Amino acid sequence: MKKPFFGLTRPKLAYSGIDDTGPDIQEIPVPERIFFSRQIKKGEGPTISRGQEVRTGQRLRPLEDMRVCVTATATGVIGDVSVETDYSGRTTLSMSIETEPKDRWDPEFEQAGISAQSEDVLSYLSALPGISDLIPLVRRENPLDTILVSGFDRDLLTATNQLSLKTGAGNLARGIEIMKQMTGVNRVMVAAPPSLASEAERGGVEVRIQNPLYPGADPRLLVRSILGTTVLPSRPLTDVNVGVVSAEGVIAMGRAFQDQRPPVSKLLTVIGKDNRPVAVRARIGTPVGHLLNTLHIEVSGGDRLVLGGPMAGKGIYSVDVPVGPDTDAVMVQDKDHVIPPSSEPCINCGECVRACPARVPVNMLIRLLENGLFEEAAQQYDLLSCIECGLCSYVCMMRIPIFHYIMLGKHELALSGYLEESHG
Amino acid sequence: MDNPTLFVSSHAPYWHNGTRLSVKNCHIMIAALPAVIMGIYQYGAPALGVVALSVAAAMIWEFLMNLVLRRPVSIGDGSAALTGLIFAMLLPATTPWWTVVLGAFLAIVVAKQIYGGIGCNPLNPALVAIAIIFLSWQGIVDFDEALADYDLGFVMAYPLTALKYFGTSAISDFSAADLLMGRHAGAIGATFALGLLAGGIYLMLRGMIRWEISLSFLAGVFVTALLFYLADSQKYAGPLFHLLTGYTLIGAFFLATEDSSSPVNFIPMLIYGACAGILTVLIRNIGAFVDGTVFAILMMNVANPLIDKIRPKALGGGMKHA
Repeated sequence: MKKPFFGLTRPKLAYSGIDDTGPDIQEIPVPERIFFSRQIKKGEGPTISRGQEVRTGQRLRPLEDMRVCVTATATGVIGDVSVETDYSGRTTLSMSIETEPKDRWDPEFEQAGISAQSEDVLSYLSALPGISDLIPLVRRENPLDTILVSGFDRDLLTATNQLSLKTGAGNLARGIEIMKQMTGVNRVMVAAPPSLASEAERGGVEVRIQNPLYPGADPRLLVRSILGTTVLPSRPLTDVNVGVVSAEGVIAMGRAFQDQRPPVSKLLTVIGKDNRPVAVRARIGTPVGHLLNTLHIEVSGGDRLVLGGPMAGKGIYSVDVPVGPDTDAVMVQDKDHVIPPSSEPCINCGECVRACPARVPVNMLIRLLENGLFEEAAQQYDLLSCIECGLCSYVCMMRIPIFHYIMLGKHELALSGYLEESHG
Repeated sequence: MDNPTLFVSSHAPYWHNGTRLSVKNCHIMIAALPAVIMGIYQYGAPALGVVALSVAAAMIWEFLMNLVLRRPVSIGDGSAALTGLIFAMLLPATTPWWTVVLGAFLAIVVAKQIYGGIGCNPLNPALVAIAIIFLSWQGIVDFDEALADYDLGFVMAYPLTALKYFGTSAISDFSAADLLMGRHAGAIGATFALGLLAGGIYLMLRGMIRWEISLSFLAGVFVTALLFYLADSQKYAGPLFHLLTGYTLIGAFFLATEDSSSPVNFIPMLIYGACAGILTVLIRNIGAFVDGTVFAILMMNVANPLIDKIRPKALGGGMKHA
C-alpha cells in the first residue's frame, strides 16, 4: 500500500471484493462465554442476576428501564452483570452469558406473532447487524422519502456486506418489504458493485450500480452520487429524509421473519497479519480473542488490534472485546507494520487537500486543531464537513495524526455544546 | 484478565502510503542534479565549492538554530540541504565564501527558522537570501561581471543583461540550442535548461511538486512574453527566449513550488503560478531589474495566503452563521 510511482492524482484505493475473501464463510463455534456491553443512561441498577437461565434469541430486559433490550445470542446462564460509569461520564451496562454447547431457541418471537408493524419489533432485533443505522429510520409519523440499501463495505479489505448480499440475496426482497412496513417508506433503492448486480436485482426495487474507489462507498458519498443530496456530516442524513442501511441488515431481517427467529449472529471479515481477509460468521458477543484462536491467528505484545478496517477502524486494547452488531471487520496488525504518528509540523504540501473527498481545507484545519481552536476550525475551515475516512492521515508525509486531531476537535465541540448551538 | 498481552492502540488509519519528507527532498535534490552537474562541469572547482559550501552552511545554520531554539534536530529531513542546494544554483560560480555563508544564514535563519521552522515560512527561503544578496551586493550576482574571467568557448554573456541593455539585436548570438544546453553565462544551476526541464518533468510526474504551479508559471511567462513580442518584436524578445533564460525554469520547478509559501487549492495554484509568470516578464521587459523571477515569486508568496482562500465548498456546504 505504497504511494504509486506516478503521483499526479489522488490515492486510488480500491475496495476489496468477494474475490479477496473467497465465497466460503467459516462458522465460529459458540464460545464458552459471550459478552454484551451497551451504553445506557445513568443511575440504574441491573434487575437481572447471575445464574439466571437464558435461551438463544431470548429478549432480555436487564434494567428497570424497559426500553433497554438485549438479545441473548446463545443458550446458557447469566454470568457477571455490571453497570459502571467511566471518567468521561458514560455509563455502560456489561453482562456475560456462560454458554451451553447446544442451542435451545426461545419461542417468544414466534409465539408472539411479531410483525413489522408491531410497536416493539425493534426490541427483538437488538442483535440485528447494522441495527444502529436502522433505528433512526423508524419514524412512523413522518416517514423518510428514500432508503438506500448499500451493498458496499465501508472500509478496505472488508467484504462482509458484499458477501451477505451474495449469499443471502434470497431474503433481500422480504427484508425490503418488512423494512418498508416498519418505516412507512415507499422508495427503497439498492446500490451495489457491478459484481453483485444480479443479486441486487433480486430485491425487486430500483438498483444503482456503482464502482467507487475508497471512500466513495461511504453512506454520505453514496447519497450524494445517487440522490444528489447532501447534509453537513455532523447532522444525520435523516435531516434530508434519506436513510442508508446495509444490505446485510436488511437480509438478516428478512431471514429473521422467514425463520421466525431473531438474528443472533454476524458475518464479519477477519484480517490477519498478512492482510488476507477471511469471512466468518460468529455469534454477537463473541470475544475477539475467540475468533483469533479459532482462526489460529497469533497475537503478541505490541501488535495492534482493530475493530473495523485499516482506514477507519477503532483500536481496541483487549482480546475480550466482543463482536457487536456493527462490527464488520476485525483486523490484527503485526507490530512490525505499525507506522507511528509523529509530532512534526505541517509543511503545507497539500496532499491531504487533494485526497479529501469532502473538500475540507485540511492544511489550514490542522493548524487550528493543533492549537486547540476547535470552534474556529468549525467556523472557518469546515471541521464538521469531515466524513471520517482517514485519507488525510494516510497521505500525510509528515505523518501527522490528522484524523485523530479531527476526532478530538469534534469530540470537544460536542462536549462544549457548540454543535447544538450552531445547529439551532 | 487471562491474557496479559499488551496491544498498541492508536487512532485510525492504520495504514500509510509510506511517503516521508526526507524522501521527497532527496528526489527534488536528485532532480536538480543534472543542472548542478552541468554547472560544475562548466565552471569547475569554484562551482563545486559554492555548492558544497552552501549545502553545508545551510545544514549547519539549521543545526545551530535547532540548538538555540531547543527544538528537535531537523537536518535529517533534508530541507536545509535542499534550500542550500537551490540557493547555490542561483549563484555565479565565483561567489565569495562569505556571501555563500551569509546567504545560507539569511535563507535558513532569517527566512525560515525565525518564523517557526519548516512549514511556517511565508516566503521561499532561497529566494529571500538571493534577493537580499542581490540588493546589497549587486556586483557579486552580476553574471557578466562575476564571470568575466571565464572563457568556455561560447558567448560569455548573460542573455537577459544583453537583452536589457543592448536590445534584441544582442540576443541573436544565442540560439535556442545554446540556451537549452546551457551554453551562455549564468548561475551555476540555472543555465542548463534541458537538465532543469528533465528534472521538473520528473518531479511533476512523481507528484513531488504541484504541476499546476509549474505549468501555469511557464504559461504566464510564455503568454506575457508573446504579447510583448507581438506588440513590438524589435524591442522585446520572443517567448522562447524568456522561457529558457534567467531563472525561469528553476523558478517554475524549484522555487515557485516550495510547499510552505505556495497555495494548495487548484484555482489558487493556477492564479499563483500565472501571476508569478506574468510578473516575471513584466519586470524583465518594463521593470528596473534584469531578471524578474526572484521578485515575482516573492510577491506571489506574499499574496499566497489570500489567494489560497479561494476554495471549493466543503461537503454539506460548510457552516452557516447568522
